[in-house]
Amino acid sequence: MTEPVLRVDGLRVGVEHGPVIVEEAAFTVRPGEVLGLVGESGSGKTTVAQALLGYTKPGLAIVSGSVNVAGQDIVGTDEKRLRGMRGRLISYVPQDPATSLNPSLRIGDQVREMLKAHDQDACPDERVQEILERVQLPGDSSFQRRFPHQLSGGQQQRLAIAVAVACEPPVIVLDEPTTGLDVVTQARILEEIARLQREISIALVYVSHDLAVVASIASRIAVMYAGRIVEDGPCEPVVTGPRHPYTLGLISSVPDHVVPRRLVGIPGVAVGVGNRPRGCAFAPRCSQAVPACEESIPDLVRIEEGHLVRCIRWQRTPVPQVDPRQEITRQLAAAPLLTVSELRAEYRTRSGPVVAAEGVSLTVAPGECVALVGESGSGKTTIARCIVCLHQPTAGQITLEGKDLPGLARRRSQDERRSIQIVFQNPYDSLNPRRSVEDAVSWPARSLRGLSEREANAEVAALLERVRLPERMARRFPGELSGGERQRVAIARALAAGPSLLVCDEVTSALDVSVQAAVLDLLADLRRKLDLAVLFITHDLGVVASIADRVLVLEKGLVCEQGTVGAILTAPQSDYTKRLVAAAPSLSIDGDGPRPVEAFGDPR
Amino acid sequence: MSALTTAVSRQRYSHPLMAFVLRRLAIGVLLVFLVSILVFGATQVLPGDAASAILGRSATEAQKEIYRQELGLDRSIPSQYWSWISGVVQGDLGKSLASGEPVTSFISQRIGNSLILALVTMIVLVPISLALGVWAGIRRDRTADHLISSLSLGLIALPEFVIGTLLIASLAVSLGLLPPTSIIEFGQSPLTSPSLLVLPVLTLCLTAAAYIIRMMRAGVVETLNADYVHMARMNGVRERRVIWNHALRNSLAPTVQVLALTMQYLIGGLVIVETVFAYPGLGQGLVQAVTARDIPTVQGVAILLAAIYIFINIIADLLVVLLVPKLRTSL
Amino acid sequence: MRWVRPWSTRIALGVLLFVLGIAFIGPYFAPYSTSALAGIPYSTPSGTFLLGNDYLGEDVLSRVLSGGRSVILFGALATVLAYLVGGAVGLVAGYSRTRLDSGLMRGMDILLAFPPILFLLLVATGAGANLVALVIAIAIIHVPSIARIVRTAAAETSVRGYVEAAVARGDRTRMILRREILPNIWGPIMADAGPRFTVSILLVAAVSFLGLGKAPPAADWALMISENRSGITINAWAVVVPALMIAALTVSINVIADSIAHSLGKSVDTEALRR
Repeated sequence: MTEPVLRVDGLRVGVEHGPVIVEEAAFTVRPGEVLGLVGESGSGKTTVAQALLGYTKPGLAIVSGSVNVAGQDIVGTDEKRLRGMRGRLISYVPQDPATSLNPSLRIGDQVREMLKAHDQDACPDERVQEILERVQLPGDSSFQRRFPHQLSGGQQQRLAIAVAVACEPPVIVLDEPTTGLDVVTQARILEEIARLQREISIALVYVSHDLAVVASIASRIAVMYAGRIVEDGPCEPVVTGPRHPYTLGLISSVPDHVVPRRLVGIPGVAVGVGNRPRGCAFAPRCSQAVPACEESIPDLVRIEEGHLVRCIRWQRTPVPQVDPRQEITRQLAAAPLLTVSELRAEYRTRSGPVVAAEGVSLTVAPGECVALVGESGSGKTTIARCIVCLHQPTAGQITLEGKDLPGLARRRSQDERRSIQIVFQNPYDSLNPRRSVEDAVSWPARSLRGLSEREANAEVAALLERVRLPERMARRFPGELSGGERQRVAIARALAAGPSLLVCDEVTSALDVSVQAAVLDLLADLRRKLDLAVLFITHDLGVVASIADRVLVLEKGLVCEQGTVGAILTAPQSDYTKRLVAAAPSLSIDGDGPRPVEAFGDPR
Repeated sequence: MSALTTAVSRQRYSHPLMAFVLRRLAIGVLLVFLVSILVFGATQVLPGDAASAILGRSATEAQKEIYRQELGLDRSIPSQYWSWISGVVQGDLGKSLASGEPVTSFISQRIGNSLILALVTMIVLVPISLALGVWAGIRRDRTADHLISSLSLGLIALPEFVIGTLLIASLAVSLGLLPPTSIIEFGQSPLTSPSLLVLPVLTLCLTAAAYIIRMMRAGVVETLNADYVHMARMNGVRERRVIWNHALRNSLAPTVQVLALTMQYLIGGLVIVETVFAYPGLGQGLVQAVTARDIPTVQGVAILLAAIYIFINIIADLLVVLLVPKLRTSL
Repeated sequence: MRWVRPWSTRIALGVLLFVLGIAFIGPYFAPYSTSALAGIPYSTPSGTFLLGNDYLGEDVLSRVLSGGRSVILFGALATVLAYLVGGAVGLVAGYSRTRLDSGLMRGMDILLAFPPILFLLLVATGAGANLVALVIAIAIIHVPSIARIVRTAAAETSVRGYVEAAVARGDRTRMILRREILPNIWGPIMADAGPRFTVSILLVAAVSFLGLGKAPPAADWALMISENRSGITINAWAVVVPALMIAALTVSINVIADSIAHSLGKSVDTEALRR
């Protein structure tokens, strides 16, 4: 076996004169190997990724430890020599190419700058062309003269990769390189990375929050939680038989369109950097924790060749169970709750109107969950906004229980407004920061159901309980809540109106996967208990698989396919849906071959 | 705004940059026209009787009436405006009430002095304050930055006439280093006695520098925090190149805007500073005309200064478009 | 009250209180009437006239004690007036985001295309040394940029989820503005108000200095500077003391405004300090 080209040991990064962010990071990567570094927000994965280049964000510093690339020490080297190593020995592909590429440098010069920084002064156009073509970008001189903003998101990310491979470093760090991209583009970029890696046999460190994506590319996975690596091992055993309870929780949270299942989620909230406990940081959320877990931080122990776990009770961690998704049984409704027919919506821009949705028709039955799926720009959000009066449709009709719904909120009756409630994507702006949770949750009952302030406040505790939040939250302000908690409060606020239809616009896409799972589970629960219909807008087929009864697939404002969730995901008909389904990442590695439709249950 | 601008933009020019320039110029002309209404309205429509102000309280009603007729104050307001603006378009700004000379010769006598003062100020001011602002931005939160930032925070709040007065009291009166006033004969170039320019220039520089420094510092701090700057460092690009090619290259457009704002500021600053030092420029002349309620002179100077103000904006917009690839390519 | 912590802010607060004390309590302690020709013009400080006499022989100390109130009051008045008008325009424009918005903002552009001091001079030409007109004119100068700041803040807030949820619920516009938008745009307004007050004072003072504000024999710091300039070589105190008073006033307000803005996580909007 070849010698590791990247060795990291005892790496510790912290805020200057402040708390430690990353502790005891240690791993090795061999040439040709892909290490997937997985963690949720705040786990310290990006801090580790940048520290591998001896770099930290302003205000942070590498406190101790060593990073060694191809026999040369990165940590402890003076700035001048370090500069020569970055890009030549180890390079970095950033998360957001749109902001990481200098907007004033031409494409060719972006590549050339990397070459020049490493004394390759002879960089004729042909050399640059060769580098660009290596990542399937056109390399001709007219392309080289373009600016980054003239490229698509996928092309920008290819360019960032081209810059990273320009000096042919033995190690490349990729930090969430596909996070902002659509699934189809993501799949192509992943293919590209895998191909490059095969061709030039480099060592890759692939950092991501998305376990399914990492599992598709990595040969080894290291899972981070609260600044520490909690599990490190070969891809297959980690995904199928995780030994750390956090890894297990993560795997049980990942939505999967191949094998749809009930998502479990992890209870509680990850601890912040300043408040990490003395013992295992995961213990407060762990179902198998014992008092000993809270006394000291467990060591990373080797349980098999190349498989390390930081848990004193790893032997008790159960094998992941695939619970089938819970079907919601109910009476077949005679009439639909909501119908949208031949909806057309436009946006006015400087250069004339842009059609966001065209000829869209859909129905939602009482208690049913219908998903609107599409990539960004498909018009799915616009349709949702038309239904709740935030956008005026140009043509078409919307009816609620057979009655025509006006497009303007003030022309709808109080009861009509009460019946349809919306929850938005961004948890950080869905609540008024100046209003307490109690104020926010009680208000709709006052304005839409005519309750007095006292009557409305009296309902708050029950509403919070319904979204699984403790009563004491009522006195808090949004600034004191986590993203998941805010989203629950937003749901409680919608429920306060007593709706029969809940419109959920990408409500979980800004959340960490373990929190997303819990919110999705909550929504399923609410549907069951309140006979609530849900119109669920999302780009994530895995989420669709775990929650929806029926699906409409949107492409550029048109409905290109619709049907039951089982039919769409197992036997897509349109080319677009086929591409979408094929590109969606999944943890079920051996998921090829036809999948049983029964897995989705029979919605009708 | 539009018949004029849409007409221009609808025409297909082969060169998009040309179309942009023409469009901006058309908007500029329109703005000058709107400003002329403002100038006229403020001076001639506002209550306040010019005749009694000029002739004094002792004048009889008959004297005032004759005077009003002479000025055309008895005609309807639109017709007064029309005769004024049609003169302006032909380059005739009317005659000064105080001297009887054409307003154009009043302007040509003084504008050179003002331009020299403004130019010398820009030459001294721009390099120093840009450098200080950039330096403070690069050395963010270090001693140099704290020093520069707090000094500029104090300076920016000081009125020109206070700075000017304190400079006169210290440098001219106490130390006797420089002349306390900058009186020059008409027809004589201020450049022949440079010592007269030192205090006015210094006063203007101190107030304007604070503004440039603060804006530049904020701009540099922002670009140094941009993802592409971090990325360049992680690619091993030399620090000098990171600063020049990444941070400063992308601060160029905001710099142009800051400089345009500075020039616009100077128009107002000159009015005060010229008065403080009795420097015979357009600003001092304007204040004298206002005090004497010499309406044609005030109107003429005001429309000229406003046109310059708007023109500076157009040039700055054009430069920004040329400097920012994203704007340039989307023309 | 995090903003009072830095020592520079504490000093500035002390200075400001001192200046305000002189401006508002000072007149009651003036040893002479502000317009009494009590001594020999431009005589230097003595036991009877602590700061000497001015160009007419009036007592400089008495005039300094009485000369601050108007500049502060008129500055405050203009600022408040500007916020009432600019805030309303900005709020309506930012929340509606319709043709009204672009119309209002184009109108504001015209006012921005004009040097502020020039505008004041024009008004002074038309209306004479009329203080009400000048206060209104100073307010008008601020209106476009206040409208822009409020508009930006309101437009940013009105696309937030909590506002859209309220719109979808059909809450009344007045209720949405009061409940959801207004409480969330105080930050930018607070960060902007300090420097804007400074500018108002600067403009009031500039107008007085140019002899277009309060007419002699009224006591006014800026007017004192311009009246007594010709005697600066004989009794410099008559010029330097009022100049220092104005400097202390504006600089201390600006330092305090800066640290309030910092505590709100913003830096002082230098744009507001444009003159």
